[in-house]
Parts: sequence; C-alpha cells; structure tokens
Amino acid sequence: MNGDIRELYQQMIMDHNKSPRNFHPLENADRIAEGYNPLCGDHFKVYVKMEGDVIKDISFDGAGCAISKSSASMMTTALKGKSRQDARALFAEVIKMLSRKIDEPFDPGKVGKLSILAGVCEFPTRVKCASLAWHTMLEGLEPTGKQVTTES
Amino acid sequence: MNASINQQSTWNVQKIRQDFPLLQEQVYGKPLVYLDNAATTQKPAVVIETIGQFYAKENANIHRGIFCLSEQATKRYKSARHKIQEFIHASSDKEIIFVRGATEAINLVAQCYGKSFLKRGDEVLITHMEHHSNIVPWQMLAETNGIKLTVVPINDHGELMMEEFQKLLTDKVKLVSVVHVSNALGTMNPVKEIINAAHGKGIPVLVDGAQAVAHTRVDVQELDCDFYAFSGHKLLGPTGIGVLYGKKNLLEKMPPYQGGGDMIRSVTFEKTTYNDLPYKFEAGTPHIAGVIGLGTAVEYIQSIGLDRIEAYEQELLKYGTEKLLQVPGLRMIGTAAKKSAILSFVLGEAHAHDIGTILDRQGIAIRAGHHCAMPVMQRFKVPATTRASLAFYNTFQEIDRLAEALREVIEVFK
Repeated sequence: MNGDIRELYQQMIMDHNKSPRNFHPLENADRIAEGYNPLCGDHFKVYVKMEGDVIKDISFDGAGCAISKSSASMMTTALKGKSRQDARALFAEVIKMLSRKIDEPFDPGKVGKLSILAGVCEFPTRVKCASLAWHTMLEGLEPTGKQVTTES
Repeated sequence: MNASINQQSTWNVQKIRQDFPLLQEQVYGKPLVYLDNAATTQKPAVVIETIGQFYAKENANIHRGIFCLSEQATKRYKSARHKIQEFIHASSDKEIIFVRGATEAINLVAQCYGKSFLKRGDEVLITHMEHHSNIVPWQMLAETNGIKLTVVPINDHGELMMEEFQKLLTDKVKLVSVVHVSNALGTMNPVKEIINAAHGKGIPVLVDGAQAVAHTRVDVQELDCDFYAFSGHKLLGPTGIGVLYGKKNLLEKMPPYQGGGDMIRSVTFEKTTYNDLPYKFEAGTPHIAGVIGLGTAVEYIQSIGLDRIEAYEQELLKYGTEKLLQVPGLRMIGTAAKKSAILSFVLGEAHAHDIGTILDRQGIAIRAGHHCAMPVMQRFKVPATTRASLAFYNTFQEIDRLAEALREVIEVFK
C-alpha cells in the first residue's frame, strides 16, 4: 500500500472513525454550533457545556469522512476540561499544523496526541476535512451566529 | 471474463488514446487513469492545436473588420456553427445559440422564455434526477414570476416513474425540462416518450443534454425537442463554450438575453432594433476561439463515430458494472436498465472523500461528492457517492485498476 495513505489513515485515526468519542448530542449544552462542507457534504454539530471559563463538556454528532470524523472525535477528548483560552490556543496550533507546508517543521509537543493528524498537510484537499470540527468548535465558544462553512 | 476479448476488433483504443496528450501523463509516478469524464472530458491534440493556432495566426474580432484576418475569423466562426448544426441535426444554423455552457443555456430559457411566457400558477415540470443547473434557474423564476416547480419521482433503480410523469403532466404545466442522461446515476431517460406526451398537450420541452452529446447520437429533429442544452467541455472541446439549440419559431418570439453589440441591427437613443437569429442572443464579442475549438472537437468525435463510441462505452459499462459488483460491500447507486457509462457507488463504511484520496494516490481520478445533484443523494439516503464516469478512451485495464484500488480502500477501512 501507498506509504502516504498509510500515514494518513493511521490506526488511531481509523479507530476514532469507527468508534468516535463523545459522539452524541449534549443535553443542557450552552452552545451548539454547526459546521458544513458543501463540497463533500460533511456536516457536524459541536455541543459545548461551559462552567465559568472552562469547557465542562463537549460532544459532537453528524456525518463525514474518516478524517473529519476522527479529527472531531480527538478534538472533544483534547478539549474537555480546558479553559476557553487554552482551547483557542490549541485551535491555533492545530490549524497551523494542518495547513503548514510539507517540509515546514512543527512542534508536536504543542498538540499532544493530535500530532497524528500532522500528515494531513500532505493532502491539501483534505485540510478542510480535518479542520471543520475545529472551526465549528470555535464558533461554539465565540459565536458569530453564522453557520461554519469550509467555503467562504 | 477476459478483458481483451470484449473489445471490438475494429476499435483501437490505444490509438485513440494517442490523440489525447493528457492521457499520457503520470500522477504520483503512476499512469493517469482518468475516470471523471462526466465532470469534463480531456481534449484531443487537434482541438488544443486549433485553439493555439487561432491565437497565434488567426486572431481577430468577427463580424466587424474589413480586413483579411477578421473575414477569415468570421468565416471559421460561422463554419463551426454549421458543424454543430449538423452534429445535432438541427434544421438551421440560426437555431444554434452559443452560450458559456449548458448551465447558461438553461438560464437563458428560464430568463427569456420563462419570464415572458410563464405566469403565476403555471408549472414547470422537472425530475428528481436533475443537476442543480436544471433546478435553481426555475426556482429563481418561481421567485420572480410565481411559477410552481413540480418534480417527477424516481424509483430505486434511478429511473423516472413514467406513470407519475403522466399524472403530473396536467394542463397547468407550461414547460417540461428534463435531463437526457443523469450525471449522478447514468440513467438515460426516455426523452422521446416524454416529448411526445408533452407535445400531445401542447407543452414545450427543454432537454439538458450535457451528459448525452458525447456519448450517444443526438438528433434534435427526430427528438422534436423545443430546446436542447449542452456544454463544449464535456464534448472534448474547451471550457466556457456551450450551445442552446432552440426551435426557430420559439427563439424568434423570445426577447433577447443580454443587450450589447452584435445583437442589434440599429441603435438610437429612442429605439433599438434587434438582430436576427442567432445573433439576437449573442451580445458582445463571443468566445471565438472556443467556438472554433468546439467545431474541431465535433469533427473529431464524428471522425470516430458516435455509434461506435456508444457501443464501446456500453461494453465498458457492462464490464465495469460486473467488476465493481465483485468488490465486497460495494453498492451501485443508479441501476437503470438503460444507462450511460457512469458508475456511481458507495462502499461499506468508507466515505466517498476518503475513497477519492486513496484512489488519487493510485493515479485514479474519480469524483467524490453529491455531483451537483443533492436531491438525488437525498433520494438514495447517502451523503455522497464515488463516481467513475467513462469515455471512449478508457480501457478495460483501467477498470481493473479501479477495482484493485477499491480493494485497497477496503484494507484501510477494515
């Protein structure tokens, strides 16, 4: 099998795709944000329950490809219990990692387990898949009242 | 079944492939397998050369210059229109209107015919398998003119439910607009039957032929359709050029589409007289190189012969259907009895987008998504499909490579 493909579809990614974590609507969510990729039909809702400035609980549901779904799943596990500020900082690091140039180095320490998505940058058409849930989450934290879309 | 014995002895696909420079390319170090022909076809060298030659040696504006180059360009432009008239068997070249593509052709009918002749309460009858380009222009007309859009349902094979069509074809219907071949399902619709039924009630019919003209012989007089729309770039020609065929009596009573140069006979600030057909609908300097390139594309396709093309593509479709159905977990979306060579499918848990990426790394170009036919996806309750759309330059071996690569998808998703 093609090495790049193996790199992209690593076991952990496929595991999150098959058994996504926090994959359900959240009762009593403070915020529900909706993200949509009109090009491929990926469509997710991200639910956020805040306690003061801390993300008490976060979940998602919807449908999409393996990359978008596993990225959303890993995001929910990474953000639970994080402060708004930390979530925003992690968002920035993840987006930086996903959209960097292939030969550009990045610091895996800043994103923890999410570094498994580092290979996505080699597939420019898939960066939007991996970042969809993250942009949706940000809309949940800092609402503008708009549906999040990959095409704007 | 052995791939090689399927091929007609007179059909030399390898020789045909030599005519297409892009088919000689590699992606990721692998020979390109181009299976996205419903999106756009590749161009034969003769078309590319015609366009290059026009800009290098012949470029001038048409219908104006009194110099040699302009006269030549005008002549070539007119001759291309004539070639296209013959290609779809129209009775006059005045019935061939150049537009940007099938989308613009349908919009032209919605704007010029629809706005003038359709009124509040009138119905435009379309089908559930239309491309967005044959849905949205009518919805826009609904907003401005208050017309109503009605939709013929499709069955689980992706075929029109003709008994429902008959029921929906009421006296309120003032226009039927139907796709000839579905881009998402491959279904070849019984357009002749539809036209006969509609004409029985005096209702005109527009046929969206974007997916048909490069794959089956189209005779607009035999069909007796009132409008026929298609794009050049799905017909081996350049992008940005397409055709609206319309019956002369209808085109004559329709108001112009856009105003400007070329579409007028005389202009004063008090009164403007419009030009005759086809110029009435072609305001401004047209896509001259595109028209000439399309003329060459049509000549090329005729030199091969649409009957032979259709026969070969039907063999490819039969082989491809059998091959893909052997892939575990694959479900074909669109299993009509009469189909064009389009293989649209879903595969187990794998999303079309993931399949697209995995195939791409094998050098295989397919389309993943809703194919601008979201109502079709909703009908089959799938978010997206993977679509391999074939052309006469594709081979049995390429289908084998597709089937093989799909097994790799299964590996990744197991």
